[in-house]
Amino acid sequence: MKTEPRPNGIEVLGVSKNYGDFEALSDVTVTVPDGSMTALLGPSGSGKSTLLRTIAGLEVPNAGRVMISGEDQTRRPVRSRNVGFVFQHYAAFKHMTVFENVAFGPKVRKWPKAKVNSRVHELLDLVQLEGLAERYPSQLSGGQRQRMALARALAVDPKVLLLDEPFGALDAKVRKDLRTWLRRLHDEVHVTTIFVTHDQEEAMDIAEQIVVMNHGRVEQTGDATSLYESPKNDFVMSFVGEVNRVSGRLVRPHDLEILPVAADGTAEADIDRIVKLGFSARVEMMLAGNGGEIWSQLTTSELEALNLAEGQRIHVRPRAGVVTREDTGAIDAVVSEQAPDASHRPTPSTSGLPV
Amino acid sequence: MSDSRPYTRWALRYAALGYLFMLLLLPIAVILVNTFEDGIGAVIEAITTPDALAALRLSLLTVIIAVPLNTVFGIACALLMVRGKIRGKSVINALLDVPFAVSPVVIGLALILVYGSGGWFGADLAAIGIQVIFSTPGIVMAVIFVSLPFVAREVIPVLEEIGDDQEKAAETLGASSWQTLRRITLPSIRWGVSYGVVLTTARALGEFGAVSIVSGRISGQTETLPLFVQKQFETFNSVGAYSAAVVLAVLALATLLAMNLLRRKEQSD
Amino acid sequence: MSQPADEMPAVAGRRPRTGFRLPGAGDSLQKGLVVTYLGLIVLMPLAAIVSKSFDDGLSGFWTAVSSPQAVAALELTVIASLIVVVINAVMGTMIAWVLVRDDFPGKAIVNSVIDLPFALPTIVASLTLLAVYGKDSPVGINIAFTQAAVVVALLFVTLPFVVRAVQPLLLTLDRDMESAAESLGAGRTRIFWKIVFPNLAPGIGTGVALAFARALGEFGSLILISGNVPYLTEVASVFIRGQIESDNLTAASAVSVVLLAISLLLLACVMLIQRWGLRHER
Repeated sequence: MKTEPRPNGIEVLGVSKNYGDFEALSDVTVTVPDGSMTALLGPSGSGKSTLLRTIAGLEVPNAGRVMISGEDQTRRPVRSRNVGFVFQHYAAFKHMTVFENVAFGPKVRKWPKAKVNSRVHELLDLVQLEGLAERYPSQLSGGQRQRMALARALAVDPKVLLLDEPFGALDAKVRKDLRTWLRRLHDEVHVTTIFVTHDQEEAMDIAEQIVVMNHGRVEQTGDATSLYESPKNDFVMSFVGEVNRVSGRLVRPHDLEILPVAADGTAEADIDRIVKLGFSARVEMMLAGNGGEIWSQLTTSELEALNLAEGQRIHVRPRAGVVTREDTGAIDAVVSEQAPDASHRPTPSTSGLPV
Repeated sequence: MSDSRPYTRWALRYAALGYLFMLLLLPIAVILVNTFEDGIGAVIEAITTPDALAALRLSLLTVIIAVPLNTVFGIACALLMVRGKIRGKSVINALLDVPFAVSPVVIGLALILVYGSGGWFGADLAAIGIQVIFSTPGIVMAVIFVSLPFVAREVIPVLEEIGDDQEKAAETLGASSWQTLRRITLPSIRWGVSYGVVLTTARALGEFGAVSIVSGRISGQTETLPLFVQKQFETFNSVGAYSAAVVLAVLALATLLAMNLLRRKEQSD
Repeated sequence: MSQPADEMPAVAGRRPRTGFRLPGAGDSLQKGLVVTYLGLIVLMPLAAIVSKSFDDGLSGFWTAVSSPQAVAALELTVIASLIVVVINAVMGTMIAWVLVRDDFPGKAIVNSVIDLPFALPTIVASLTLLAVYGKDSPVGINIAFTQAAVVVALLFVTLPFVVRAVQPLLLTLDRDMESAAESLGAGRTRIFWKIVFPNLAPGIGTGVALAFARALGEFGSLILISGNVPYLTEVASVFIRGQIESDNLTAASAVSVVLLAISLLLLACVMLIQRWGLRHER
């Protein structure tokens, strides 16, 4: 099916890229609506950064096309594409002041001095770095440096804003604050934005569209809810949201039914720990026969009704009619990539996402 | 830069390689060719004459004396600079750089002024029968001077980098200063010391300028191998000059090789 | 590890027992030995030169330093060193660039060979250069006994300084800075001068200062190929040797002091450059 060329936005059509024998991207097709925020989500080596850099022009694909605002940019060098790029480690010009950093793009375009001045100050205000114009990047915190990088990228009114794991080098708290801030900035500035991340929470929190990638291919594209509720395969299911592996299938924790006696399709498990978290509760278990750790999420009233005790042998199975996926082992790669998240988020956040 | 045009890359590459070829590689090749022009027999003959062997012996003697002395000094100095609480560290720092900054001829002159017959200690030393200038001790002193800083300069950054956590841990486990030095500190700086020793040896063997001033250049007695090369050249014995030069060049290349191997061993440690 | 019987074992958290000091942290004996060694080997000879140079008073110093032959030698030395240093700044950076950013068969060997001038005895350098660029030159270039020979010999011995000072800076240069500049619309030339070069400048500065100091005092590599012709190809170090051999030790010391002053000034510059270059780092 041929899609109509869009007046704005980004289109990646059948892009492939290899380095020698290694296939970094394999026939990737992605559409990013104008003015939206899209996340490229996947583990290390999934090709998400390569895709971003290909859109920017920092990499040249072996096959396929890249369209920005309806124009074929595939063979155009990065300096003519008018894209704003933000790097994971800021790429600050460390020998220049904050002002000079942000002024770099305008100066390249030979803007008159007054215009450069006003634009830089306008942007420093926007990213809340006013007053730090004469500092050097080494005198700023990580979060401040990244905001400077954003201001620098936005200084020349780019058509698209591309961010490569922009919060990867920051502390957890700064990361959360900054991504909310980025969302608000996007709402103000309305530039088509793509950001790369391996953190599903980050993607689900602020992106309207998420492209899940693995091994250089697109696994699934959609918004947070559709990825969570209708994952196409076990990789997507395990990467977006929590899963348990039971009897060769993947099940969401709140879809795991606990029974006191064996029944049709149940597996045996021993209760390890019961944690009450206010309204909800968590039952951590070990599958019998060294099957691994699993956990179920219930309401406290459901928990009381079951009358469970630690050490008890019980029986689990997916509730009738819930989403499960066959476990093909894709989860192994994911588990080893993702750092353990201390605050389990059993459901995707639906707060603050404009429709 | 992401897409450097090929011809820029080639232009830079061949300009750089061309420069290196004319300045470095061609001379090495020509010397090797010239040396073995008359066959390897002539070369071996030239470097096994009594004078040649005496020069080699003297060079090795200076190395055997200078290198251990400068190594012990270098380690002690590095420890003092990094761990010690003394004033005047910048003075010591500056003094360590002097052998790099000063012309070899000036070094020779300085030694003459101190230890020569008209110098500060000349008369006193002569009185107890020690002649420094125009004799072996002077040569050894010159070699010590020029090769002084290498071990210290290699060990200081290593000590700074590794910090004193391990030594402090050893202290809490009951070790004395000496035990800590032997079992913790010295092993941790062994690579820096190795690099320093190799560089010191190379410098000591190859020193020419300072030694030529303080030595009497008496063949067979106060001639080191580099001085021997000069003497052979001046007496139009090109085979002798080239052969000895090649011996020295081979030793220099051995130094480079040793540094490379050490670096590789350190990486895989 | 056995403990000396007469000392109490230290317990973590308690004040360290007396008697332990960080090894090498400076008991008086060690301090004394290090300082004496340095003093004897380095400081005293230096002091002797300065002292001797004023043996005939200030006027004697001045006469020695301003004699036509001395002036010619110093002039040649300084000018040749400056030329050499400029060439090194350009070629050294270029060589470092090619070694870091480019790839070709034999690159590792070329990289190792750069250090050869450090390791090779200067007299051997002199002989090799004479063989190639002297009377019997296999490439037909004969510059023996000319000022060009002085420059070539100095280029040889100073080759590694700028290269080795710039290489580590190039290796740790954040390539993303260049990509960022590109994404902001900058062309290659602008990227080099505005982004890359400012970050290499401290290395170039250090290399240049070290090369200059080395070139000023160079002796061995020059004496065979330059011919040491007074007023033409005689450099300061050769002039000083001449004075020593004629037993004019005072004159020799005076000119030495001038050379020393210039060299030590340069080393101070190196330290300042290095400190300045690090001001943006974190």
